[in-house]
Amino acid sequence: MSDLAVRAGGQAGDGIQSIGETVSRCLSRMGWHVFGLNAYQSVIRGGHVWFQARAGDPRPYSQGDQADLLYALDPQSVAVHAPSLRAGSTIVYDPEKFAVAESDLPVGVRALGVPTLEIARKYTSQSILQNAGGMGAISFLAGIPLELLHEVLRDSFGKKAGEVADWNVGAASAGYEFARAHAAPNDHALGRKGAPKLLMSGNQAIALGAAAAGCKFLAQYPMTPASSIMHWMAAHAQTLGIVVKQAEDELAAIHMAIGASFGGVRAMTATSGGGFSLMVEALGMAGMTETPLVVVESQRAGPSTGLPTKTEQGDLNLMLGAGQGEFPRAILAPSHPVEAYHATVRAFQLAEDWQTPILVASDLHLSENVMTVDREEIPTHVEVPSLFTVQPNGHDYQRYQYTESGVSPRALPGQPGLQFVAGSDEHDAHGHLISDVKSGIPIWVTERQRMMDKRMRKLQGIVAATEPPAWEGPAGAELTFVAWGSTIGAVRDARAALAERGVATNLLRFPTVYPLDPDRVQAELTKAKRTLLVEANYSGQFGRLLRAETGVHLTDRLLKYDGEPVYPHEVVARAVEVLNHGGK
Amino acid sequence: MAESSAQPTPVPTGPALPVVGKSDTKPTWCPGCGDFGVVAAVESALKRLKIAPYNVVIVSGIGCSSNLPHFLSSYGFHGIHGRALPVAEGIRWANHGLTVIGTGGDGDGFGIGAGHFVHAMRRNVDLTYVTMDNQIYGLTTGQASPTSQMGQKTKSTPTGVIENPVDPIALALASGATYIARGFSGDVKQLTDLVAGGIQHKGFAFVDVFSPCVTYNKVNTFDFFRQRVYKLESAGHDPSDIVAAWQRALEWGDKIPIGLFYRTERPSYEDLEEVLHAGPLLKQPAGLAGHESVLDEFV
Repeated sequence: MSDLAVRAGGQAGDGIQSIGETVSRCLSRMGWHVFGLNAYQSVIRGGHVWFQARAGDPRPYSQGDQADLLYALDPQSVAVHAPSLRAGSTIVYDPEKFAVAESDLPVGVRALGVPTLEIARKYTSQSILQNAGGMGAISFLAGIPLELLHEVLRDSFGKKAGEVADWNVGAASAGYEFARAHAAPNDHALGRKGAPKLLMSGNQAIALGAAAAGCKFLAQYPMTPASSIMHWMAAHAQTLGIVVKQAEDELAAIHMAIGASFGGVRAMTATSGGGFSLMVEALGMAGMTETPLVVVESQRAGPSTGLPTKTEQGDLNLMLGAGQGEFPRAILAPSHPVEAYHATVRAFQLAEDWQTPILVASDLHLSENVMTVDREEIPTHVEVPSLFTVQPNGHDYQRYQYTESGVSPRALPGQPGLQFVAGSDEHDAHGHLISDVKSGIPIWVTERQRMMDKRMRKLQGIVAATEPPAWEGPAGAELTFVAWGSTIGAVRDARAALAERGVATNLLRFPTVYPLDPDRVQAELTKAKRTLLVEANYSGQFGRLLRAETGVHLTDRLLKYDGEPVYPHEVVARAVEVLNHGGK
Repeated sequence: MAESSAQPTPVPTGPALPVVGKSDTKPTWCPGCGDFGVVAAVESALKRLKIAPYNVVIVSGIGCSSNLPHFLSSYGFHGIHGRALPVAEGIRWANHGLTVIGTGGDGDGFGIGAGHFVHAMRRNVDLTYVTMDNQIYGLTTGQASPTSQMGQKTKSTPTGVIENPVDPIALALASGATYIARGFSGDVKQLTDLVAGGIQHKGFAFVDVFSPCVTYNKVNTFDFFRQRVYKLESAGHDPSDIVAAWQRALEWGDKIPIGLFYRTERPSYEDLEEVLHAGPLLKQPAGLAGHESVLDEFV
């Protein structure tokens, strides 16, 4: 077992994210699985920001609880992160900027003063170059080969960088050599492990999944933490032939996506809770007009503007209930980029097959943090069937024909002889409105009910077509964790920690949070001896859904709503509490 | 400029010509409603241009006038209040071989949908937007609209409107629309010309139509407009002159201009969107086949 965590802390504008990405990239190229946590604030300059790159085997699914190396760019970073450092850790800092007394640090934590500014001055007056020296020192302590750091730095600056890349490489070497002369590698230092892995954020995985599934149109309005889906798509729009539209607001974004889908291409929009709140009415329109649509809802801590750069799973109720009236939908909740890729592919297939809106529920923790993926885990070959599924045959065409599955033949504008009007009003099988002059007349009352039944029947098919609850870990364990979405990561790591202590647990995770097959879910829950529900929200929204669907009330809970991700140690502590004392 | 903004597919003329006609749904408007003149003009314009009904999509929001797509034999999307334009834009970008026409009322377009109206115009998306402007909310039984005049008494303003009305023509000029016209449903012949001109125009064409509500607006009636409107083309107005267009746009009172205020050539959004240079989006390949190297950036 190997586990190394490297942190860098400073103020916004210090380049912390670049340091984190560079270190993460080095570790993933060494062949390790990595979890990179980017903790930032809604400011462009100032505040405290930090990044942690955690690598190891078995695969880290969360940020973990402790770190081995800290690169501190300011004294606050020492104060904030020293308590999380394991014995044997090293803090890298520049004595020219501030002092660190080892006597003030936890037992076994060392401080290594590295003259990063002095190194930088040899090349430039721009102090940002100090980070290269710091990264050099950190790399030595972490076991990252110097030539690999050079390679990653050069790649990050690109071919045109010229002397800036040379300065970085030079400063990195100086920092590396300084550390070698004054310290020894960390006890957890890693060596090369194998073939390089792919490092990506949840949002990048979602964008990739969308592209693989045949998405040709994305409309979006900037909102953290969903924006980077648009950024990736926009950067690849020309190459992949995808129209990416930054709309005037989220209302326009979702309507453009619905229009594009109606017009004949696979379309998506993405947002966070605030923007999704604006999209609610349109979501129902997609349901009513039976227009395929994929919506990514990357949650952040609410209510209202809330904590724009912090995570939460507080929008489940909103996603479940979004839109007046009732229409079929599904909510897929990946926990890792690999799952995010596949969930997005699946969302497009479901939207197309069932002609209804499909939600992909992400959150800041999954959307913005980076994790490694093996190439074979995300096969890019996805079948993309033609959307021309109806051909005119001279017979009466009914866009909303009553069928057993609830799915009706969908023509596309431009197809001769199949003209219809998609109406947000209630309509008959031809699409003719029954909402005004006909409403209340007995035969049309019946028609309305039939049409509702037809649409809602799709839910049965969707249940069968979506991924059911899945078990991880030994059957019959003393404790079963119940979780959905990104919190699954901390639960996975907590299970490993508990197993080390001889406590066997398992996990019942819900890749599809809606719709559920109540009988099946109830049967699965019955297999658990004791349960612990883990959710990042105040009221246990998924627990409430499970109770509503199955009657099973999960009373032992770990609910977190402070904006921070769930940490494995919190899960471990709560699990031990539940097992020892029967919970609250 | 690449040939990205495909014009509607020409259809051969002949007796069996598949032209846009009435659908089997009868309009539900009140007898005498101005909107009858508008649907007649849209139908005539499409017939004149010989655009096949299957290549036309009429997109609307909610309101009396937004029922229009149901009454013609083309494709239609009858969406929700105020959101016709973003749906119409999405359809254009999915398949810019289609003729896309937005229709709706003054509340739909200049009230709840005002933001989309402005942005669609600055983008110069190649579609035609026809508003049936009756200066009242009809479907909800007679409240003030964004174009109701100062002082007009309605159910929601019993002592009179105290907000300045939106001037759709001036708003369109300010927002960058490239074809800006005003019609009157009492003059279907001129209105047909204006709508046909808008459909032929490459870029955002806006046709605001005085389309009186005979039930809830007792001020802005057919007679009100008949007594006041005059035709810009008869008054020597030069539609390429934006300053003159502004001056005409500001005219209101005893003399109200109808006709083409302004027309200019500017690349459409579809012209400038490079992805569409390869043809209508729905005909382009989809998926990552051939693009597997996109994963290399993640190493």
